[in-house]
Amino acid sequence: MLEIKNLHARSEDTEILRGINLSVAAGEVHAIMGPNGSGKSTLAHVLAGREDYEITEGEVTYDGKDLLDMEIEERAAEGVFLAYQYPVEISGVSNKYFLKAAINSIHKYRDEPVISRKDFVALLKEKLELLGMDKSMMDRSVNEGFSGGEKKRNEILQMAMLEPKLAVLDETDSGLDIDALKIVSEGVNALRSPERAIIVVTHYQRLLEYIVPDKVHVLAGGKIVRSGDKSLALELEDKGYSFLQSGAETVAAG
Amino acid sequence: MSTENAMLEEFSQREYEHGFVTDIEADSIPAGLSEEVVRLISEKKGEPQWLLDWRLKAYRHWLTLEEPQWHNVNYSPIDYQAAVYYSAPKKKPQLASLDEVDPVLLETYEKLGIPLEEQKVLANVAVDAVFDSVSIVTTFRETLEKHGVIFCPFSEAVHDHPELVKKYLGTVVPHSDNFFASLNSAVFSDGSFCYIPKGVRCPMELSTYFRINAQNTGQFERTLIVAEEGSYVSYLEGCTAPKRDENQLHAAVVELVALDDAQIKYSTVQNWYPGDSEGKGGIYNFVTKRGACRGENSKISWTQVETGSAITWKYPSVILQGDNSVGEFYSVAVTANHQQADTGTKMIHIGKNTKSTIISKGISAGVGQNSYRGEVKVMKNATNARNFSQCDSMLIGDRCGAHTFPYIEVRNTTGKVEHEASTSKVGEDQIYYLRQRGLSTEDAVNMIVNGFCKEVYDVLPMEFAVEARKLLNVSLEGSVG
Repeated sequence: MLEIKNLHARSEDTEILRGINLSVAAGEVHAIMGPNGSGKSTLAHVLAGREDYEITEGEVTYDGKDLLDMEIEERAAEGVFLAYQYPVEISGVSNKYFLKAAINSIHKYRDEPVISRKDFVALLKEKLELLGMDKSMMDRSVNEGFSGGEKKRNEILQMAMLEPKLAVLDETDSGLDIDALKIVSEGVNALRSPERAIIVVTHYQRLLEYIVPDKVHVLAGGKIVRSGDKSLALELEDKGYSFLQSGAETVAAG
Repeated sequence: MSTENAMLEEFSQREYEHGFVTDIEADSIPAGLSEEVVRLISEKKGEPQWLLDWRLKAYRHWLTLEEPQWHNVNYSPIDYQAAVYYSAPKKKPQLASLDEVDPVLLETYEKLGIPLEEQKVLANVAVDAVFDSVSIVTTFRETLEKHGVIFCPFSEAVHDHPELVKKYLGTVVPHSDNFFASLNSAVFSDGSFCYIPKGVRCPMELSTYFRINAQNTGQFERTLIVAEEGSYVSYLEGCTAPKRDENQLHAAVVELVALDDAQIKYSTVQNWYPGDSEGKGGIYNFVTKRGACRGENSKISWTQVETGSAITWKYPSVILQGDNSVGEFYSVAVTANHQQADTGTKMIHIGKNTKSTIISKGISAGVGQNSYRGEVKVMKNATNARNFSQCDSMLIGDRCGAHTFPYIEVRNTTGKVEHEASTSKVGEDQIYYLRQRGLSTEDAVNMIVNGFCKEVYDVLPMEFAVEARKLLNVSLEGSVG
């Protein structure tokens, strides 16, 4: 579903991604771990299409199409979803209105009819229950005055409503207490499906106890320096990231 | 400049929808202003002597005044001798029914989305259509008469209800009030008059739709609304003008009087031609609007959505004279391209336990300059006066400006005045977030801006809120992304 080849990206004068290679198949969950500043979030935003980054080399194929050639909203309509580390507040726009507008924009792109009020209400009810969210949150402005946990849960709600093919979760665990973490993870797990690929970006192994990945990649210095199964996450937890810095050189040299 | 900024810049470009000209023969007087012109206007309207005297008093006073300079807007000096002070479609008429209205005019209003045939009219809105200097038709008059409500062109009120006009004209905005109000008092040509008798809740929304058509013509209308004891009225005002390269002057006066327990809700959607993207042409909108809460427990609310005009200069105000009276001001002002707005309100607390609320939302795009100017005054006897003001500004792009000038004067120690202000940019983060969820940049900006204005939309009458939303989207529309 997603094929990243030798991806280089820079922000102003700093090269952040220095040759990422990654292949994610439908139905898989991949975890991308790494120390602060390793380029994890940059990778997530480059996939979503944030315009602050310049792609200097490499290619990204998504569902057989050139992802880098698409506008941000085109990617969204094609099924790419990013759950933000810092969800943005939109004053005066209710969550419900926003969700409906998003669904309808995507439908429009796909030449599908607008969602009926009835279908929308039913879908929203189902997803709210899945995430244990109160429907009163739907009348509040998007993320405004939400606690950290509420914001993250709201991201997963949006993901559940938009039903993406490729979901990228950027540090969804940061700022969550253990109960919220469990609920969010259950929500994500409920969205695992053979048609959907999920990339979980995280600093800590903790999240991966709840969302068990098929593969774990370690990003350091803008490159993937190790890949393995879920045991790699445990090894990192044990030894910390520092040992990887030397490891990175080993990989590069080898 | 980042791409996002470039997009926002483009976004603030816009097309004006109502820029067409109606080809109709007009009865216009020569350009220029003099005592003779004032007399001529009065004569054309067949006015009584007392009104001519009042006009002349205003004119003579105006001659002694200087054009104000304190505002935060820039324009080349206006040549008051170059403007035409009276223009009316020919064949005008004492209209008994709509059938006698020139079809060309009906078509014009139809095109503007204001059908004047009653069966087509927006449910439950009575319309007074003012074209250049005269009112051409007022709908639903009979229905209103049944309730004792008078809603008619100002010039007609002068003839049919002189005692009412005489009693209230100039009592809220005196002939000597300010430069533009004095000018208006001297040369005003028409406008709407509205009287709600004691205890009557006006059964429908009243609305006046102003259209400037003729070239080089100033529009000087005057609106007077009187709400007797215990009555209620909701009044709407809309306006458009053709696209022209020259600036045109619009200097209106609106006076509201609310007696004991009366309520007046006055809503404006102002969409005069704003000039082109280079800043050429557009209406100079210098307007004096003021309401007097004369009675106890009376209430006046101003709601305005200002998207048009090259320059907007207006401060709808409330004089809170009656004890327990309430004044409200809700405003959205948009300045895109080269538009400038200096707008706000005055709340003068005189009576005891008077309350006022000010919610102002300024949106600047392009190289637009948007100023909020507000004055809250609590007089000596206004025990327990309360005011809450909130002024929020939003910037789109990085070449526009937002300014806030609050003046607060409290002469009674029990007074409580609160002022909050904020300035924000339409964030690239917000646009990116919404686009990531599938919205186009244009839809994203519309959503953000409409959300920003929500508090004001919430108090607009429903049809108007829909209209305002559309208008704001059109105003800021233009080829984003």
